Amino acid sequence: MSRVLSSAAEGDVSASASPSEPAAAPVTMAGALNQALADSLAADERVVVFGEDVGTLGGVFRVTDGLAARFGERRVFDSPLAEAGIVGTAIGMAMNGLVPVVEMQFDAFAYPAFEQVTSHLAKLHNRTRGRLALPVVIRVPFGGGIGGVEHHSDSSEAYYTHTPGLRVVTPGTPADAYRLLRQAIACPDPVVFLEPKRRYWSRETVALSVDGPSIDQAVVRRPGRDVTLIVYGGMVATALEAAAAAADEGWDVEVIDLRTLSPFDESTAAASVRRTGRAVIVHEAAGFGGYGAEVAARLTERCFHYLEAPILRVTGFDIPYPPPHLERFHLPSADRILDAIARLQWEDHDRG
Amino acid sequence: MKTLARHSEAVGADTLLPSATPLQLIDADGHPGDNPGSLRLPGPDVLVELHRRMVLGRRFDSQSTALAKQGRLAVYPSSRGQDACQVGAAVALRRQDWLFPTYRDSMAVLTRGVPAEETLTLLRGDWHCGYDPYQYRVAPQCTPLATNTLHAVGLAYAARLKNEDQVALALLGDGATSEGDTHEALNFAGVWKAPVVFLVQNNGYAISVPLAKQTAAPTLAAKGIGYGIPSLLIDGNDAAAVYAAVRAGVARAAAGDGPTLIEALTYRVEAHTNADDATRYRDSAEVSGWLSRDPIARLEAYLRGAGLLSDAAAAELAADAERLAENVRERMNAEVSVDPAELFEHVYAKPTAALERQRAELLSELSDLAELEEPAP
Repeated sequence: MSRVLSSAAEGDVSASASPSEPAAAPVTMAGALNQALADSLAADERVVVFGEDVGTLGGVFRVTDGLAARFGERRVFDSPLAEAGIVGTAIGMAMNGLVPVVEMQFDAFAYPAFEQVTSHLAKLHNRTRGRLALPVVIRVPFGGGIGGVEHHSDSSEAYYTHTPGLRVVTPGTPADAYRLLRQAIACPDPVVFLEPKRRYWSRETVALSVDGPSIDQAVVRRPGRDVTLIVYGGMVATALEAAAAAADEGWDVEVIDLRTLSPFDESTAAASVRRTGRAVIVHEAAGFGGYGAEVAARLTERCFHYLEAPILRVTGFDIPYPPPHLERFHLPSADRILDAIARLQWEDHDRG
Repeated sequence: MKTLARHSEAVGADTLLPSATPLQLIDADGHPGDNPGSLRLPGPDVLVELHRRMVLGRRFDSQSTALAKQGRLAVYPSSRGQDACQVGAAVALRRQDWLFPTYRDSMAVLTRGVPAEETLTLLRGDWHCGYDPYQYRVAPQCTPLATNTLHAVGLAYAARLKNEDQVALALLGDGATSEGDTHEALNFAGVWKAPVVFLVQNNGYAISVPLAKQTAAPTLAAKGIGYGIPSLLIDGNDAAAVYAAVRAGVARAAAGDGPTLIEALTYRVEAHTNADDATRYRDSAEVSGWLSRDPIARLEAYLRGAGLLSDAAAAELAADAERLAENVRERMNAEVSVDPAELFEHVYAKPTAALERQRAELLSELSDLAELEEPAP
C-alpha cells in the first residue's frame, strides 16, 4: 500500500483501515457510496476526493458527508466550480501518483469536462503505449425520476460508452454501489461511475463487501426462463418490479443487471438470451443511437438463431428530458416493460 | 456609508501587474537591455548553454521542416523564431520539474533531453507519443489547445499535497489563452497556490488570426491579476530573459508562493505548419522585421562581445548541429515499422475480450492479404 500522502492525513484513518466483518444492516445507496469512499480513502493513501461542494457540505446528495472532517482537507476538498478544471487537474494528479475520485454534480453539468474526458483521460494510456496510467474515477449522478428541473436528469451514458479507453459502470443496488465503487477506485483504467440518483435513497439490508462479481461482469438479478430483461442503474429496480408483475401473467422473467456498460459483458447477456430466446432492453436515455441499440445489435449477431422474436427496447422518447411534471410520461415504467414483453410473439406453449 | 463586506482577502493588486513594456536582458543588437526589471542576467555558463541549445534546436527544426516537405513527417509545426522561448524555458527547469508542451514545442522537448527520434514519433505518425513521459518528465505533446495547462496544475498540486519539491511548466500560445481551459487552469492554480509556471509564447497569430482578434486585454500577462497570479511581460526573443523569468517562476513556486504567468513576445517565422500558407495573412515586411530580432544572432553577438564564444567554438557547434541534422535525416528516412496488433494493446490496462477478438480479426485479414500477394510457387 502506498503511503504517499501519509504526512498529509489529518484525520484518524487507522480505526477503519481494515474493516472487520460487517454485519448486515440497512443502508441506502448514498450511504453505501459514502462508505465505499471512506473505506477507499482509509485503505489507500493515494486516494483523493474532490469536486464542487464535496468538502464541508458533503455533496448535494451527501455522498461525501463527513469525509473532509474525517480525512482532512488534503484528502477531501472543494474545488473551484469548473468541470473541465476538475477532470483536467485530476489527470495531472494521476500522472503524479494520486488516485483522484472526482464528482460532477449532475449529469448535464459534466459536459464542460467532455474534452478532457474523451481527448485525454480516455487516451493518454494508449497515447503513451501504456507508460502513463490514469486511475481516475469520475462520479456522475445520472438519470431522472427525482423531479429535477432542466439539466438535472440526463442519461449521458452513451456519450461515454462510445469512447474507447473509458470504463463506464453503474450500480443498481446499495450493495453493488459499494462494491463497484471500491472496484472502480482500485481499477487502473479511468472509470466513469454513473450513480442512478433516483435510487440514492433506496434501502437494502446487507453487509457491504467488495467481494462478489468483478467490475467486468454483469449479474443475473433474477433468474427466469421465458424472457431476458437487460437493464442497468436506475432501471434495475423497475425491471424487478416488472418481472414480479409478469409472473402473475405467467411469464418467467430473467433480469440481467449489466453493471458494466463498457466494456460490455456480452457473454453473460448472450448466455441468458440463448436460454430464453427473447429479450427486452430498458433504459431511460433516448432510444435513437442509445446504448440499447448497441446491445440489441450485438445480441442479434451472437444469438440470432436462438431468438423467437426481435429484441425490443423500452427507452425514453427521442426528446430533450422533460420538465418535472411531464417526466412520468417519458420514463420507462413497469407497465411499459410488460407491454413490450407482451409483444414478443408468444405462442401458447412458450410460457413457462 | 458602510462598505460592502468582501468575500475574500485583499491582495496587493499592484504587485501582480506586469511591467508596461517587456523586460529584456539582452537587446536585439546583443547589448545589455535597458529594461531588466526584476530579472537578473544568468551566468556565462548558462548563456553559453542557451546559445548552444538554440543552435542545435534550430537545426533540428529546419531539418524537420524539410522532412515534412519531403513527406517523411506527417506534419511539422515549426518553432523557428521562438527558439529563445523553447530553449530558455526547458533549460530553466530543474531535473525534478515537469514540462507540459504543445505540438509547437518540439524544440523544447528536444532540449529537455528527449532524443530526436522519440520527439518526432508523433509528427512522423507512427504513434501518438514516442517517449516515456516519466523518463524525461515531459508530458506528451498536447494537440488540443490549452488542455495541457490543467494537467500541469494537477500534477503540480499533487506534488504539493505530497510535500514534494516539483514544479510544472505549462507552455501555451496566444490563441490558447482564449480557451476556457486556460482560464480554469489559472484560476485553479491561483486558488490552490499550485507550484506551476505558465509561459505564453505570444507569437502574434493563432494560425492566421492576429492577437487583436483574440483579446481586448492590454497584454496577455495582464490577465494574471484576475487570478491573483503575479505576471511578467518579457522579450521572448531574449533567451536570457526567458531563462531568468522561468527560473524566477520556478523558484517562487518551489518556495510555496504559488503560480507565475509569463507572457513572452515572440514570432513564428515559418507558417503554422508545412500545410499552411502564411502569405495569405501576413506580409513579408513584418516577417523580415522580426528576422532582425533573431534570438540566436543577438545572444551570439553578446557572447562574442563578452569573449564567451570564439570562432573555433562556433565552428565546432555548427558541426555538432550538422551531425544532429544528419542523424535526424537518417532516422526519419528509414522505413517506418509499425505493428497493427499494437493498436489494441494499450487502450486499457489489459485488452478487453472484444478488443482481443478485433485484433485477431485484423491479423487474420492481414495474413489472408499476405497469402494473396505471395507469388505462386
